[in-house]
Amino acid sequence: MRFAAPLSGIMVLLALGGLLQFAIQMDFISVYVLPLPSDILASLPRLVAEEGVLGRFATTAGETLAAGLLALLVGLPMGLLLHRSLRMRAAFEPWVAALAAAPLILAYPLFLVLFGRSPATIVVIGFISALPPVVLKTIEGFAATRRVLLNVGRSLRLTPGQEFRKILFPAAIPQIFVGLRLALVFGLINVVGVEFLINLGGLGQLINDLAERYDLPGTWGGILCVVLVSIAFFTVLDGCERWLRRRA
Amino acid sequence: MAAAARMTGTAAPRLAATLLLLAAWQGLALSGWLFQDVVPPLQTVLGGLASVLSSRDFYANAAITGAELLVALTAGGIAGVLVGVALGSSRFLSGAFERWVNYLSPTPKIILFPVLIMMFGVGVGSKMAMGSVSCFFPVAISIAAGVRGVDPALLRVGRSFRATRAQTLRKILLPAMAAPLVNGVRLGFGVALIGVLLAETKLSNKGIGFMIMEAYHRFDMPRMYALLILAVAFAATVNLLAGRAASRLGGQHQGTLR
Repeated sequence: MRFAAPLSGIMVLLALGGLLQFAIQMDFISVYVLPLPSDILASLPRLVAEEGVLGRFATTAGETLAAGLLALLVGLPMGLLLHRSLRMRAAFEPWVAALAAAPLILAYPLFLVLFGRSPATIVVIGFISALPPVVLKTIEGFAATRRVLLNVGRSLRLTPGQEFRKILFPAAIPQIFVGLRLALVFGLINVVGVEFLINLGGLGQLINDLAERYDLPGTWGGILCVVLVSIAFFTVLDGCERWLRRRA
Repeated sequence: MAAAARMTGTAAPRLAATLLLLAAWQGLALSGWLFQDVVPPLQTVLGGLASVLSSRDFYANAAITGAELLVALTAGGIAGVLVGVALGSSRFLSGAFERWVNYLSPTPKIILFPVLIMMFGVGVGSKMAMGSVSCFFPVAISIAAGVRGVDPALLRVGRSFRATRAQTLRKILLPAMAAPLVNGVRLGFGVALIGVLLAETKLSNKGIGFMIMEAYHRFDMPRMYALLILAVAFAATVNLLAGRAASRLGGQHQGTLR
């Protein structure tokens, strides 16, 4: 019974695919609007063998990880700094929050001018979109440290360094990881988007490339690949976070 | 009074931070470390803003982008509300389909643009479709959560008054959904604007996105900065107003960071 609903969901999607297949074969829908679902599935092995999907995935994943790590390296100290000084926090936290909400990817032509049509542009845009969640969640994590733990530390006369290492940092780790997960999610979205827009690099470029060759089944296959990769990516991150929370 | 005091307490550092950032920019521009064309001094950016705002070109293109955005919000919003209500009110439908909505939601939508071009043409149609697809997901997810979050006591009261399904929807579900709706549309607006403008930068001959690309190709950096500033300012204003409306409607204020 537990699988009844998900199973029927999959059945409906399959039926929809079959219906589209029929409608396209009967010419109710033009193959130039929507390729045959069977052709899309048939394009997948070709994408792996000829278009190097796996290598492209490695490129995209590498750029995303680079962006996420940069965001962690810069965002963690920034978050700590903003947490330490109330005045700094009042001054700069709204700016960080605004950066999180700003349609940053729109500025990609600007980054093209600054960094050229190179992986640097992709990584920098990924980094800037990944930075705000790390900073904001780091502040949240430090700020939410339980008062009683800090008091215990004080009664043990811990030095500020010891207080940070033994109390503040461990207490903030779960929130910091939430920030890192969001950073990688935003990073991946923006990395793939920019790859597509500037036609450079990994999975995003593949779709652009196939579309420009009017390889429609391939384009849909490429989109399917990106969706699968992001699902896998997000599921793994979710799993990591849950595992970490259970241990904390 | 206390609120006002707190405001002035944070307003001073905020103002200082803003001035500091502007001064840093100006310093960087005048230092000559970077090309002055790429990081132009503030007066040049302001000049670009003035020239963009005084050109008729800008308003014609803004009207097109605005129309695309409006259609995108309407189409994507209505679809999102329908799907959201369906997912939120039926445990079965939610079990069957919600995971697919959640899976697709965070993938970059811009990669759908080539197939949307094949479906809706190279003109404004594909941009509207791009915006609609982007807008659909946050609205659907927010509405589904909103429907599920309706206080069960209200539903029990309705049942004890023998409310029909339609009455339950109209008298209980819809009013309770006002806040999630505004919040969903607020998030949807942000991504729809990005979707429409990105699609315009990729392939179009009108709209603000096209103007940004044109400025890029001509290496007219002040113009590009001006357009980007206007786009960000527009997004921020709508975001702020909708956020206020949502919190006035009493919903929890969901940020962009979940």
